[in-house]
Amino acid sequence: MSRTSDRAINRRKLLALGAAFGTTAAAGAVASHDGMLGGPSRTFTNTLPWRDGLTDAPGAVAAGGWRFLNGGEVGFLTAAVDRMIPPDPTGPSASEAGVVTFLDRQLAGDYGNGAHFYLEGPWAKGVETQGYQSRYTPAQFYRHAIAAIEAAVGHAEGGKAFRDLPADRQDSLLKQMESGDLKLDGPITSKAFFTMFLQNVLEGYFSDPIYGGNKGGAAWAMIGFPGAHYDYSEWVTAYNQPIPVQPVGLRGRLDWSRS
Amino acid sequence: MAKAMPKVDVVLVGFGWTGAILAQQLCDAGMTVLALERAAARTTPDNWATTFDQDELRYMWRHHLFQNVKYSTLTVRNNVNQTALPMRKLGSFLPGTGVGGAGIHWNAQIWRWLETDFKLKSHNEARYGKAATEGLTIQDMPLGYDELEPYYDMFDRICGTSGKAGNLKGAKQPGGNPFEGSRSADYPTPPLTLTYGPKLFEQAAAGMGLHPFTHPAGNLSEPYTNPLGLQMGKCTYCGFCEKFGCGNYSKASPQTALIPYILTKPNFELRTECEVLKVERTPDGRHATGVTYVDASGAEYFQPAEIVALTAYQLHNVHLMLVSGIGQPYDPATGQGHVGKNYCYQTMSSVDLFFEDKNLNPFIGAGALASVIDDYNGDNFDHSGLGFIGGAYIAGMITGARPIEMTRVPDGVPKWGLEWKRAVAKYYLRNMSLSVHGSSYAQAGNYLSLDPTYKDQFGRPMLRMTFDFPDNDLKMAQYCTDRAAGIGHRMGASHVHPKPRKGPWDVTPYQTTHNCGGTMMGTSPADSVVNKYSQSWDVANLFVTGAGLYPQNPGYNPTGTLAALCFLTADAIKSQYVKAPGAPLVAA
Repeated sequence: MSRTSDRAINRRKLLALGAAFGTTAAAGAVASHDGMLGGPSRTFTNTLPWRDGLTDAPGAVAAGGWRFLNGGEVGFLTAAVDRMIPPDPTGPSASEAGVVTFLDRQLAGDYGNGAHFYLEGPWAKGVETQGYQSRYTPAQFYRHAIAAIEAAVGHAEGGKAFRDLPADRQDSLLKQMESGDLKLDGPITSKAFFTMFLQNVLEGYFSDPIYGGNKGGAAWAMIGFPGAHYDYSEWVTAYNQPIPVQPVGLRGRLDWSRS
Repeated sequence: MAKAMPKVDVVLVGFGWTGAILAQQLCDAGMTVLALERAAARTTPDNWATTFDQDELRYMWRHHLFQNVKYSTLTVRNNVNQTALPMRKLGSFLPGTGVGGAGIHWNAQIWRWLETDFKLKSHNEARYGKAATEGLTIQDMPLGYDELEPYYDMFDRICGTSGKAGNLKGAKQPGGNPFEGSRSADYPTPPLTLTYGPKLFEQAAAGMGLHPFTHPAGNLSEPYTNPLGLQMGKCTYCGFCEKFGCGNYSKASPQTALIPYILTKPNFELRTECEVLKVERTPDGRHATGVTYVDASGAEYFQPAEIVALTAYQLHNVHLMLVSGIGQPYDPATGQGHVGKNYCYQTMSSVDLFFEDKNLNPFIGAGALASVIDDYNGDNFDHSGLGFIGGAYIAGMITGARPIEMTRVPDGVPKWGLEWKRAVAKYYLRNMSLSVHGSSYAQAGNYLSLDPTYKDQFGRPMLRMTFDFPDNDLKMAQYCTDRAAGIGHRMGASHVHPKPRKGPWDVTPYQTTHNCGGTMMGTSPADSVVNKYSQSWDVANLFVTGAGLYPQNPGYNPTGTLAALCFLTADAIKSQYVKAPGAPLVAA
């Protein structure tokens, strides 16, 4: 069976201790969003539950280097994302927008570690309508899937890596992954990987620049999304008119910071 | 050994909308109320301030405010012949967690049921014959619209709901929903202002002889002070409502409309990070003595109470009933038992529209910003010969245009590559999706039970969901989506792509967080789990709130009706139950 209650209670103890240390070490570091990751039990009477210094603002990723991906993975992903979102005068390619950096930071962090996935056993394949049934975290999923894809590509292409193939061949391989026709060794299907991968590429291209992609808000500019604006009151009835607002991100005007 | 805590009058299991309503009502009546919330305390300035709220990745795709399936999930399957497997990541529905629950990230679409929705089975059989309900296990509610109306009105006053009455004290009003039941008062605030997309819908629908009106919204059209003295601000149409908190105090939620008042009450206490494991009872099983809960350190407590109220999300209320052994679990093989029976969802369809010459500025939006028609909902239209009952509202709605989720492209365009990129750039400002928000009617094979294999983090069996769309509902979805497509053509869209809901139900794509049934109310223990006051037939000092009370789900967002039922429950406790504590409010 999946977990015993003793293990669960030990886990909660550990998390409570960690949260307590976290509070003394760095105010503001408490993950209060989903409760079960974080704080100790609290009692509120006659007071609003607000505490100074615990604002749950997001952190930005640091530029430069790789936190999770190895060199081969960077090569595969850079080539693949630029076939999914290629460069053209409409807007930046995925890699130009920083999507590979985004993927690296996501896979190195909570998302990659499966912080919001249930991964306990027993595991079964199930039917398609039962959704994700892998025992892998997204980080493990990427690691195994990319290795299996490169093995399949190398076998078919005389030892070449995906990044060394011509663009039309890369496109046809991506289409085979999308349909699941590319057969991979191991438990991960190319279709399951592609589904997760495409979603993550869109996330990187269109999310706030603080997460490493959408550099300078260029993907937002391409489509006409003004970003993290909080008040459109004066343009509600500006029917069929362009809205003359400067795009902003969570760190303010996008041209104030290009990192 | 669980540590015994001092006894309270009322213990609430979960502190979202219904927990907060009961807390406010029962504290004002002088009762001592304790709320146990499994997850964290959250506030507007701490957790969704305007400076960082507009973050699609974090809130929507990384589930920042949602239930974390790592610690709390269920197993799913389409039918009894499949083996249920865990929902390993969120998808089809997005329950909340923590103080405020899903009341933080809801759209604030506030609806009342039609008068006929309250007598669904008898009404449809009277109009269309018994064959019309064959294959469905729908049933009538144990109360009617008129009995609930004052409580609907209470919830509107608490929320400051924006809208325009269509039926005021029996007189039809222009600009409102002509199909609604009679209202005792108009909405507290006027309707929201329509953006271009919803305006095009309104014009097209009116031109077709339909009856468009502006969607009733808990996104406030103007500043409002509710009867508890709590102030809410005017909505700024920022487009980050659905799946997000509101940093502007413009969306009705437990945090904006109730909790600041409740926390000033000396007879109220909230304990967070405290998860209730079980409802405890006297040896004869007829009386709840309190609840056992575990805090964040892993310590167990016994919390005694005169009244236990299950005010968690529908799925958790059903789970707690089952793991506490209260009532008879439903068995689809025999049809016996009612706990877990009549699990229903919402049959969501849509029509994607693309325009060549119209800039909709779809990023300007609000959770319930729509022009909507109710002409094809419930029994507002003649179903003779259609082969189904029920219906949907059709909404030209723009909640915003968060680009990871809402960069739609016309059918036939690939999902990636240069052609996709150019289509996204061309159509981002020029597309919208009509919502076809359909009813979900009960059938014998759809139910909730305990899973035989998978255990939760406390060693309890997980909840198991067995669900697929009944044929009746799929036919309804096709019919209503076709009607919506007709409106889309009239709006002048160059591409009209109807997406009627198809089976089988799939746990992956987001549909809606409108899980219903499993603790349904009825007229006697022979047809239900609780009476019309949400009081358990088996344990008279146990009350259960939420959408689990619905024997089936009409074509409306559930919060308005479940909130009204909760105010009715509070009234019954205050005015009747306290005179004879522990006695049934309705004779079995």
